[in-house]
Amino acid sequence: MNKHLIVGILLAVSLAACSSKPVKEAPKPAVEDKSPKTTQTAPPKAPESAAPETATTKPMTESTITVNSLKDPNNILSQRSVFFDYDKDEVKPEYRPLVEAHAKYLLAHPDARVFLQGNTDERGTREYNLSLGQRRSVAVKKVMNLLGVQDKQIETVSYGEEKANANCRDEACWKANRHADIVYQGE
Amino acid sequence: MTKRLPIFLAVLFVFFSSLSFYGAAQAALTIEIVGGAAQQIPIAIVPFAQASNQSENIASIIGADLRRSGLFRVLETSGIVNQPHDVAEVKYPEWASLQAQALTIGKIEALPGNRLKVSFRLLDVVKQAALTGLEFNITPAQLRTTAHRIADIIYQQLTGEAGVFATRITYITKSGNRYSLQVADADGANPQTVLSSNEPIISPSWAPDGTRLAYVSFEKKKPVIYVQSLTSGQRYVLANFKGNNSAPSWSPDGKRLAIVLTHGANSQVYLINADGTELQQLTHSSAIDTEPAWSPDGKWIYFTSDRGGSAQIYRMSTLGGDAQRVTFEGSYNVSPRFSPDGKSLAFIRRDEGKFRVALQELASGQVQVLSDTVRDESPSFAPNGRLIMYATSVNGHGVLAAVSADGRVKQRLSETGGDVREPAWGPFGN
Repeated sequence: MNKHLIVGILLAVSLAACSSKPVKEAPKPAVEDKSPKTTQTAPPKAPESAAPETATTKPMTESTITVNSLKDPNNILSQRSVFFDYDKDEVKPEYRPLVEAHAKYLLAHPDARVFLQGNTDERGTREYNLSLGQRRSVAVKKVMNLLGVQDKQIETVSYGEEKANANCRDEACWKANRHADIVYQGE
Repeated sequence: MTKRLPIFLAVLFVFFSSLSFYGAAQAALTIEIVGGAAQQIPIAIVPFAQASNQSENIASIIGADLRRSGLFRVLETSGIVNQPHDVAEVKYPEWASLQAQALTIGKIEALPGNRLKVSFRLLDVVKQAALTGLEFNITPAQLRTTAHRIADIIYQQLTGEAGVFATRITYITKSGNRYSLQVADADGANPQTVLSSNEPIISPSWAPDGTRLAYVSFEKKKPVIYVQSLTSGQRYVLANFKGNNSAPSWSPDGKRLAIVLTHGANSQVYLINADGTELQQLTHSSAIDTEPAWSPDGKWIYFTSDRGGSAQIYRMSTLGGDAQRVTFEGSYNVSPRFSPDGKSLAFIRRDEGKFRVALQELASGQVQVLSDTVRDESPSFAPNGRLIMYATSVNGHGVLAAVSADGRVKQRLSETGGDVREPAWGPFGN
C-alpha cells in the first residue's frame, strides 16, 4: 500500500515535471506533519481483566516528496474542499474545476486512492448528520464517476457534524462547516 | 426555599464523594433537579449507625437518589433528638409530627475480614408497621452500590415500580481534542473510562445483558463499529465495511444488531450477528435510512428516513417488506428510542429551529413534547421507563439532561469542563 502511494507520488512529480512546471529540488523524504494517534481501551470495574487491546499505534512510515502537485498551493489539486448549501448535496458549478482536476489526477494515477469525507454543520442529531454528510461525499463521487473515475479508487465516508464548529450562531459560520473534503490515502 | 439547600448539599456531596473515592478518575457528573411530581412521598431517612472503617454517608446517598426521582420529599431529620437505628428505638409520633409517611433506619457494623454488614428497615409511620428490610454482607468498596440498592427497594415498595438507582449510564465526553467513552453510576458517580481517543466516538449502545457496549469510533479516520466487553476491556470490530459503519442497536435477545452501512452510497439499515457474521441488508431505498431501533418484542426495526422528502420515523419488520411511516407532524422527527414496555417512542422533533425530546404513544399516535431545552439529541429511556435521558447544549456546552415520561420532573447533569454527549442508559442488573 505504501509502495503504491510512493509510486503514485513519484509519478505525480514526474508528470508535473513533464507538464512544464520545473522541479527545483531532487525528491527527498519529508517529515509528515502528523502526531501519532493514541487510542486506548480500558476495562471499567475490572480488577482482574485481560490485557486490553490497544487500538491503534501504526507508525507513520510513508515518506512523501517536497514538491507535490497535491500540496503545491499554486496547483488547483491543493484545493480539497467542496462547500454546500444548507440541507443540499448539489456540487455547485464553482467547485466543478476542483473536482475535475482531482478526477483527472485519479485517472492519471490508477494506484492513487481517495477518501471523500462529508461534513455537516452541527444542527440536528449526530447519526442523521453522518448520513447527510455521506450524501455530500457521494455527490462528489458521482461527479468523479461521470468523468470516468472508478469506484475502486474512491471511498466515500462521513464525519457528519463531528468536525464542525459547535458554537456557530449564524449562517456564515454554519456554512463553513458544510463541505466534502478530498483526502488522498496516506495523507 | 427550604427545599433548595438540601438539594444543593446533595449535589455537593455527590461531587466531593466521587472525587475523594476516585481521585484518579474523571470528574463526575453532578445532578440538578428542576420540578417534581405533584404528589411527593414525604420520607425521613435517619443517618445510619456507622462502623469505624467506612466513610460513605449511606443515608445521604439514599436520600439523594429518592429526591432525584422527583417522587419523594426527603425530610430533614436533624431536629429529632432520638435517632433510632433499630425498630425498638422508633418513636412513631415524633416522625408523624415531621409529616413523614415513611421512615428508613439502619446501621453498618464491622465484620471480620474487613467486611461490613449493612441492614435497613423501611417503616410506615402512619400504620406504625415495618414494610420491608434487608441485610447486606459487603466489602467497604460496595457501600455506594448498596446504598443504591436500598434506594431501589424503598422506591419499589412505595411507588410499585422498579427503581433504577443501581443501574449505570454511558456517555461521551470531549475535552479539548480528547474524546472519552465513559460508564458511570446512574447518579453520575464512579465514572470509568472505557475508551479514549483523539478522534470522535459516537452512538454507544448497551447490549441487553449490560456486559458489552457497541459504539462507533473514528480512530481509523472513518466510522467503524466496535463491540467492547465491560468486564475484560477486550473489544472487536463488528463492522468495518467500505464507507460508513454506524448507529448500532442491539436486538432484545442480544444476538444481533441493526447497523447502518453506506457501501459507497446513502445510509441503509442492515442486520448483523453480534459476532460480525451473516450481514443482511434490511432497507433498500435511494434515500437516507438510519438510526435503527429494535422494538422490545424483537419484531420491528424503527428508523429515520427522508424517503418521503423530510426526515421522519418509519418502521419495517425485521423480516423485511414494506416500510410504514410512524411520525407525521412536522418536518424533522429523528432518533427513535423505545420505552422498555414497547408502548411509546421517544424521539427528537425539530420545530421552528428548536430540537426537543418528544414522546409518541404508539397505540394512539398522540405526541407530547417533553423538554424545554432547544438543542436536544440522543434520547434514552431509564430501564423502568420513568425517565428519558438526553444530550443538550447550555451556554454552548454539551450537557446531559433527563425528563420524566410525564414531563413533570426535569434534571440536568453537568460535568466540570468539557462537553458531555451521547448518553445511553444501561439495563437493570448490571
